[in-house]
Amino acid sequence: MTKVEAVIQNSKLDAVKTALHEIGVEGMTVIEVRGHGRQKGHTEVYRGREYSVDLIPKTKLEMVLPDTLVDKAVQAILTAARTGKIGDGKIFLSRVDEAIRIRNDERGEGAL
Amino acid sequence: MPIGRKLLIKLGAVLLILTISQLVCGQTSPADTNARLAKLEQQAADARSSADNAWMLTSAALVLMMTGPGLALFYGGLVRKKNVLDTMMQSFALMAVVTVLWGLFSYSLAFGAGNSFIGGLKNLFLHGVGAAPDADYAPTIPAQTYMVYQLMFAIITPALIAGAFAERMKFSAMLAFTVLWSIFVYDPMAHMVWGRGGLLNASLGGRFPTLDFAGGTVVHVTSGVSALVCALYLGKRVGYPKEPMPPHSVVLSFIGACLLWVGWFGFNAGSALAASSLATSAFVATHFAAAAAAVGWAGAEWIRNGKPSVLGGISGAVAGLVAITPAAGFVTPMPALIIGLIAGCFCYWMVARVKGMFGYDDSLDAFGVHGAGGTLGAILTGVFATSAVNPIFKDAQGNTTASGLLEGNAHQMLNQFVGVATAWVLAIVGTLVILKLVDVTIGVRVSEDAEVQGLDLSQHGEEGYYWEASA
Repeated sequence: MTKVEAVIQNSKLDAVKTALHEIGVEGMTVIEVRGHGRQKGHTEVYRGREYSVDLIPKTKLEMVLPDTLVDKAVQAILTAARTGKIGDGKIFLSRVDEAIRIRNDERGEGAL
Repeated sequence: MPIGRKLLIKLGAVLLILTISQLVCGQTSPADTNARLAKLEQQAADARSSADNAWMLTSAALVLMMTGPGLALFYGGLVRKKNVLDTMMQSFALMAVVTVLWGLFSYSLAFGAGNSFIGGLKNLFLHGVGAAPDADYAPTIPAQTYMVYQLMFAIITPALIAGAFAERMKFSAMLAFTVLWSIFVYDPMAHMVWGRGGLLNASLGGRFPTLDFAGGTVVHVTSGVSALVCALYLGKRVGYPKEPMPPHSVVLSFIGACLLWVGWFGFNAGSALAASSLATSAFVATHFAAAAAAVGWAGAEWIRNGKPSVLGGISGAVAGLVAITPAAGFVTPMPALIIGLIAGCFCYWMVARVKGMFGYDDSLDAFGVHGAGGTLGAILTGVFATSAVNPIFKDAQGNTTASGLLEGNAHQMLNQFVGVATAWVLAIVGTLVILKLVDVTIGVRVSEDAEVQGLDLSQHGEEGYYWEASA
């Protein structure tokens, strides 16, 4: 099992979700996050005072997938989330030892 | 409809006969005529009183709406998330506390018969304030309507100061301060400008008749200048100006500012104290000034920063409303536009530039908007006031004389300066003494830990936005 974490532009969430559903991904967790990579922030001005905002709102998707699905999922995210500009985000993959379904104690890939 | 027409003709004939018989036989005595005339006059007066009272009660409600939720939302949105409830509570607490004071003795101190500086104790516990009008103040509405309308002004004035000490004053100290301030600064100032025989009263025999239609000096200069004193006395918020402290919700502030704009019609047009053409004039001037000031502030920002901000637009509108407050019932629409435009640009400059130059931490710009805008408005009232809108000054023969500078009454400028100076001095001295008193007894500022934690939790044990899922 592999955990796929993808940080993407907020506006790309729907496209990515649709692309993942199409290749058979059944579940995911979506979190609103703030952060920055190499992308620079922006400034905001309130009553003449400037504030630089360097933590930019992004969307993070987390899903644990059977290994057979991982490549397809990565490709789906790449295609759906890419604009080609700085700030498109990143994908991280990591091994997962175990998955457990709370409802019935089912373990392994069957619990995904 | 032939039947209907026949019936009409018959009815007409009967009426005609009745009228003729009345004319021929109905010789009424002079005494009857007088009685009927008196009755008619009474009915006309009652009708006028009803109309005026309806408008004044509406206005009173509108002015209360300015404090809650208007000002509470406006200020609440400008602070950080952890202080939103405390900031709103400051407005709300005054709605309750000042009302109690007003009923017990403050109304008497402000509007009861007294000397040039403060009213007496004749109307203690609202004694003698009932359904009968007070002829000097508002001859067509119950004195109680006038009292409750004035109460709403007494509520919002100290609430405005809260913008300067937001996010760092103890709630208990804030209560103690505003109660004392209300008694020793607001009540005397209201008496001097609006009270019978007050030093600055323009229509009831003041020594320096200052034109202040709806409280430019009484409300905005006093609160704005006191705000500056508070900001200087309390010192900066922890982390200011290094840490960013942007408004946590301009959305809340937007709703608040729009409620303030609407409420201000009660504040200014209601200050005509009747549903009269003067109320219309004040209503129009108020609206025009707010609009022009919004254009002024947002426009100035657009030129300087390249973008017109929403916060700039709404702050401008409030600045225009502040500046037109003393002038509302004295100027025509075009001067109102000019006053608004100047106020929008001037207050923007005060807030965006001057505050930075001096480095005081007026958290929500109570001084930059109310102190500066109020002072500007009071001076400009002396320039643009015209007797065509409001014939307030009369000579010994009862003829109307010039009101403002442009009409040829240069002397009025001196009176306006005296009015403004009185408000400044009273506000500075009063606020300093009261702050010191509160500071040595209960302390004005929260501890650094409490400030960092946020005043919602440390002062009230609540959070404005409770995150934990509840179901």
